[in-house]
Amino acid sequence: MIARVVAGFVVLSVTGASAGPSLRPTPAGTISGKVTYTGTLPKLRPIDMSKEPACVAAHPTPVMTQDAVTGPSNSVRYVVVYISAGDQGAPAATDTVHYDQKGCLYIPHVAAMQVHQPLEVFNDDPHSHNIHPLARVNAEWNKSQPKGAPPIRTSWDQPEFIPVKCNVHPWMHGYFAVLATPHSAITDSSGNFSLAGLPPGKYTVTAWHERFGTQSQEVTVGGSETKTANFVLTARPY
Amino acid sequence: MRPQTRWLTLSACGAVLLFGGAMRVVAQEAHVDRLTGRAAAGKPLYTRYCAGCHGDEGDARGENAQWIDPKPRDFTMATFKCRSTPSGTLPTDQDLYNSMTRGFVTTNMPPWVALTPHNRVDLVAYIKTFAARWRTAKPGTPITIPPEPAPTVQSILHGRELFQRLECWKCHGPAGHGDGPSAKTLTDSKDDPIRPYDFQTGTRFMCGSTNEDLYRIFMTGLDGSPMPSFADQLQPAEAWDLVHFLRTLQPLKTPEAAIWRSWFTTHGRELKPIGQEGGGR
Repeated sequence: MIARVVAGFVVLSVTGASAGPSLRPTPAGTISGKVTYTGTLPKLRPIDMSKEPACVAAHPTPVMTQDAVTGPSNSVRYVVVYISAGDQGAPAATDTVHYDQKGCLYIPHVAAMQVHQPLEVFNDDPHSHNIHPLARVNAEWNKSQPKGAPPIRTSWDQPEFIPVKCNVHPWMHGYFAVLATPHSAITDSSGNFSLAGLPPGKYTVTAWHERFGTQSQEVTVGGSETKTANFVLTARPY
Repeated sequence: MRPQTRWLTLSACGAVLLFGGAMRVVAQEAHVDRLTGRAAAGKPLYTRYCAGCHGDEGDARGENAQWIDPKPRDFTMATFKCRSTPSGTLPTDQDLYNSMTRGFVTTNMPPWVALTPHNRVDLVAYIKTFAARWRTAKPGTPITIPPEPAPTVQSILHGRELFQRLECWKCHGPAGHGDGPSAKTLTDSKDDPIRPYDFQTGTRFMCGSTNEDLYRIFMTGLDGSPMPSFADQLQPAEAWDLVHFLRTLQPLKTPEAAIWRSWFTTHGRELKPIGQEGGGR
């Protein structure tokens, strides 16, 4: 899994030219593109962190809510783009996905992972958090993680978009995007994504956004080529 | 149709109906002590005693539910507050039986002691038919609770430190009055407002009333509510220290409160306050 988000944001190439020399014996293609929106955006509000003085101090300028983060040219950040059909028995993703709590925010806001892929949740703040994934298909759990506590190591059994919250700090919202596929990416601050290492074949590529819904398209990858798949999501103000 | 043929046809229809029903309540049984509960026997009891709030489909949408706060449990989510098992796992049959028997103080759920033990085990079996998870997952392994050491000033003081360090006060308040800085914004997993336990009321806890119940509550967490599990953060000895301290917050004549009061009258001034500015020592 090359275009995976691990411990922060990976800035992805749209051109696919920087994919580097492939070590795979079979040709591997790339699907890359950009996610943009039409319609009216919801208003982002500054987050009131006054309940947690350490987090107020951590952000010199107020942080805005993260449920509809957009960039230049109507691009949309934090969209999960993944292969929803057409996987050809790809090897399971085994690298550990990191999910941080820092400055009373989830970093990254959305983390994509495959079912059974190891996940580690860190608390980098000088105070306590409770991590409460509101799973419905998987099992919901809720654990305390005080300052300095070791990471919580876990994984998920079923594909599901799981909202994550902290009850102590009610503004903290994030997502675990648990997917059947190892091929996934999160759009960067310019709305770009890249799914690399795809053997030739016909794929359904799906884009999911927490507020703007889901969209899919079919893409056929020939050999070691880069195909473009752009998505235009419809923004809703409410 | 000859009588014999008609009999056969009727039998075949009956068999289909029976097996169809069996599919819905797939071999659902519950075991508590030596009693075996059966979902089929629990169903009429459920319809009579439980469906009014919990709904015919177990989805917490019974006709009374709209008037009730806190809301009745939604059995389709298979998430339960009172468990002996770790956070994220299914409770044991005994856990569900205990909840039903005990009722939930400060809610509309009464103790169902009027039903026979066998009735209650039948109901446990039926409740487990509402969520598919009961057919795919097993209950968690109950946590081990070592014998309680005798409370001492040291154990209470250490418990107080833990109350500060684990930030219990963020919701339960510096004095345990349920008025911490995060108390007002708490919501349960269905986004309904929910209040933290107020130790000052001295009422029973949501999941029991003994020191062992209290130990179990914060070690397993109350799934579906904001109360997390502290099992990864506390050694058993520390957990008992926290239990001893929490008992001093209640206006009850407990051994812990007696020890604490006599110590506090002479040493109270040495304590740092609990809370944002406090060290809790």
